[in-house]
Amino acid sequence: MKPVNQKAWFLILPVVICVAFSAILPLMTVVNYSLQDIISPDRRVFVGTEWFKSVMRDDDLQGALIRQITFSLTVLIVQIPLGIALALSMPAKGWQASAVLVLVAISLLIPWNVVGTIWQIYGRTDIGLLGASLSAMGFDYSYTGNATDAWLTVLVMDVWHWTPLVALLCYAGLRAIPDAYYQAAQIDGASKLAVFRYIQLPKLRGVLMIAVLLRFMDSFMIYTEPFVLTGGGPGNATTFLSQYLTQKAVGQFDLGPAAAFSLIYFLIILLLCFILYNWMQRVGTSDKEVSNG
Amino acid sequence: MDERRFRKRTLFLILYLVFAILPVYWMVNMSFKPNTEIVSTFSLWPKHFTLDHYHTIFTDVSWYSGYINSMIYVAMNTVISLLVALPAAYAFSRYSFLGDKHVFFWLLTNRMTPPAVFLLPFFQLYTTLGLMDTHIAVAMAHLVFNVPLAVWILEGFMSGVPREIDETAYIDGYSFPRFFTTIFIPLIKSGVGVAAFFCFMFSWVELLMARTLTSVNAKPIVAVMTRTVSASGMDWGVLAAAGVLTIVPGAIVIWFVRHYIAKGFAMGRV
Repeated sequence: MKPVNQKAWFLILPVVICVAFSAILPLMTVVNYSLQDIISPDRRVFVGTEWFKSVMRDDDLQGALIRQITFSLTVLIVQIPLGIALALSMPAKGWQASAVLVLVAISLLIPWNVVGTIWQIYGRTDIGLLGASLSAMGFDYSYTGNATDAWLTVLVMDVWHWTPLVALLCYAGLRAIPDAYYQAAQIDGASKLAVFRYIQLPKLRGVLMIAVLLRFMDSFMIYTEPFVLTGGGPGNATTFLSQYLTQKAVGQFDLGPAAAFSLIYFLIILLLCFILYNWMQRVGTSDKEVSNG
Repeated sequence: MDERRFRKRTLFLILYLVFAILPVYWMVNMSFKPNTEIVSTFSLWPKHFTLDHYHTIFTDVSWYSGYINSMIYVAMNTVISLLVALPAAYAFSRYSFLGDKHVFFWLLTNRMTPPAVFLLPFFQLYTTLGLMDTHIAVAMAHLVFNVPLAVWILEGFMSGVPREIDETAYIDGYSFPRFFTTIFIPLIKSGVGVAAFFCFMFSWVELLMARTLTSVNAKPIVAVMTRTVSASGMDWGVLAAAGVLTIVPGAIVIWFVRHYIAKGFAMGRV
């Protein structure tokens, strides 16, 4: 057990101030918008929970929410194992380690609007490498015409863009495991699989928790890349939640409903992250008991 | 057996790197092609090699000042994030106190707000404070998502350090600040390296807030880039060249923190 020490609050106070400064006021303002009908800056009417009710009944929103959850779960299922595998296969020492680190990190550093633009060209069958190769192999590939192709292209783009985040976190986590653990495993004659299962995986719990939560919430709010790549189409195959929200907020200037939508959106992410967080913590602690017992 | 395993891993790594590099190569390729070639012909390398796009960026003040502005606020943000996050992460990893778990999770919830609607109150807040179009405004706004990230990453690494190390140091007569800077931080180097890189990266690529809070003096490169979409169509070449140049500072940052990330735990010395 950690010792109780209320003075620890002084250590976290700077963080709370920094974050609260830019977080609380905007959040309260959005709550304020969501309860009013804003006709013009000087004319506003209190409408109570009216907007929340209408947003909850919105069929398009429910469609976008289902697409969003499917997409985010797929992202997790693909990127987390791939990131762990990548971290395990990255060299630990020497110039190769440095070179691989830089190469792996590159895709993270490209601004999101450029990511979308690059893939827009990259996926075209006439002038892009990916599109041209796929059509040369005989696939009838078109990310603008075919809904499945568009969805898969957004997914592959996201895997390309964000798997390095998981890999870098796990890589640093792996490097933080003391050699003594591996030596002990060697003396016990443990197999590679056992080393992974009983030493590396438990030690990676902390970074994996961050990786899963980050990837989940960021993919849940994905906006710029699909917006640039497909514009949400064809039809609404790649219209995810935040794009639908932006259409409402910017396209129709409906501040009240858009604010209510934002808050519901926020609460959905919060709830799902909370479930993920608790689930992963429970899995982690039961793991500990097994390895101790 | 080990040899074969090694080869399998290397093969996987090489395959992934190819997958990772090809789109980047395509961007570099585009940045050296004239716009007419980009949209008309498929070619694996530039047929009419040109440096015009880079020339545009390096001679137009609105382009290159975008890079400078971005670097200023990103540097501010990374430094502030790490400075406030390090002691907080220590507190979360070592002590229990009133509301610790709630505050810890609350921090992360600040990353979960969909930006579209939240931009307007941000704009109002920073206008009221008279901070619009300054570097510090963007740096402060980006703290909302970077500080929680840094706290979470650092806490994960700090929890991996056995508490006996702290206790031994205190018995040896170390004061908290001295113990923290000379013993503890070196132990979690890889965490600090990763946290610094992620703070840099998320602040560097963030578009919506940075664009909302700036107009001229602090306009970041990501916002300047959106200019390439104009009535006369897309200026693909300049956009690709600008994209290539946005990778450079980050690659330098990761080159500098690579030792922190790769070396990790130095338990032997304690």
